[in-house]
Amino acid sequence: MNFNLSDSKKKLALAGVVCGLVAAVLAYFGNPANMAICIACFIRDTAGALGLHQAAVVQYARPEIIGIVIGAFAISVATKEYRSTAGSSPMIRFVLGMVIMIGSLVFLGCPLRMVIRMSAGDLNAWVALIGFILGVSTGAIALKNGFSLGRAHETQKESGAVLPVLMAGILVLLLCTSLLKFSESGPGSMHAPIIVSLIGGLVFGAFAQKSRMCFAGSIRDIVLMRNFDLITVIGGLFVVMLIYNIATGNFTPAFDTPGVVAHSEHLWNILGMYAVGFAAVLAGGCPLRQLVLAGQGSSDSAVTVAGMLVAAALCHNFGLASSGTALDAETGELVAGAVTPAGKVACVICIVVCFIIAFTNKRESAK
Amino acid sequence: MKEVDARGLSCPEPLMLTAEALKNADGPVKVIVSEPHQKMNVEKYAKDHGKKAVSTEKDGCFEVVIE
Repeated sequence: MNFNLSDSKKKLALAGVVCGLVAAVLAYFGNPANMAICIACFIRDTAGALGLHQAAVVQYARPEIIGIVIGAFAISVATKEYRSTAGSSPMIRFVLGMVIMIGSLVFLGCPLRMVIRMSAGDLNAWVALIGFILGVSTGAIALKNGFSLGRAHETQKESGAVLPVLMAGILVLLLCTSLLKFSESGPGSMHAPIIVSLIGGLVFGAFAQKSRMCFAGSIRDIVLMRNFDLITVIGGLFVVMLIYNIATGNFTPAFDTPGVVAHSEHLWNILGMYAVGFAAVLAGGCPLRQLVLAGQGSSDSAVTVAGMLVAAALCHNFGLASSGTALDAETGELVAGAVTPAGKVACVICIVVCFIIAFTNKRESAK
Repeated sequence: MKEVDARGLSCPEPLMLTAEALKNADGPVKVIVSEPHQKMNVEKYAKDHGKKAVSTEKDGCFEVVIE
């Protein structure tokens, strides 16, 4: 079996369209409208389902996350791209995973959700894009200055399969036991049927693996090499979600749309995504790409995912996650979403940590 | 022949090292990478810059000779 989606812009755009269709189907079947498929939110929901945090409205073991990892694993084995590797500064990657999650939950979404929010007319996401581009550009400057986390090496081939197996374990817990927590209200309670979510995740993971879809990488490649290949995938996804949102009446170009899990604190939307973009470039990929790389055997990326999972729990245990603008159920008044004071402090610390990592880790030849 | 050992490095380091080597080299450049997608990226970079790339698999890695 040998098919390749990354050797022409047309195929890349097609892969983006397929992933966009998956996102649209998931939204149609019950996922929160402009969350459709969000890596940060869904890892956070999974952390909640496992009882790592107690925020009752965001607890659900999202089959999309499980599907993406297993889909990437299966397609990489089938197309002989599976390689079990590890050893490229794993604990620095753990910290970068934490930064990615904290930044995402200050903004309220990973880069994938930022694009989905943009396609629904959420102007806050367009503001956050500025921060994301600046963060990616800062990471690119670090790369130009010789930043590197060092080489990964081949390991026992079982090591790379651990995360996919653990994900399969969560699926078994979800399907066969009552051990996991389920939100009864809030975003965690809104979801497509398990089978739709799982198949959606598998397809998304497989296409993301073959197209190398990466939100940070797409902007990084433009900044560093004037290469527009990866942005083509994102373009495909954006266009499909834009059409879906317009067709279903979900396209609302505004800042303060209630109920879409977003806030209008511009500075923090920018800084949150700045941290995410910066950390993602240092880690070699956005949250989605980390899941996919972990699926195709990278233990380093699996550690990054573990960092995201732990940070997701901390975000809710320590009140770092922002709240979304909503309508008060009793008075009907608009209650503005907000970034918490602790979230602001954490976000600034995250950015400082990124700078320290970026300018202290050099390639051998650049030392 | 100038050699770039980019095995085990994260994206986009292999490509950056390739670009740097091509800029400073007179003759052919051999790039060694470990991941299939990096092999493809290096080949594509060479083609986009009007050069020929020939790849061979060796000991689980890929050698891409650009000239």
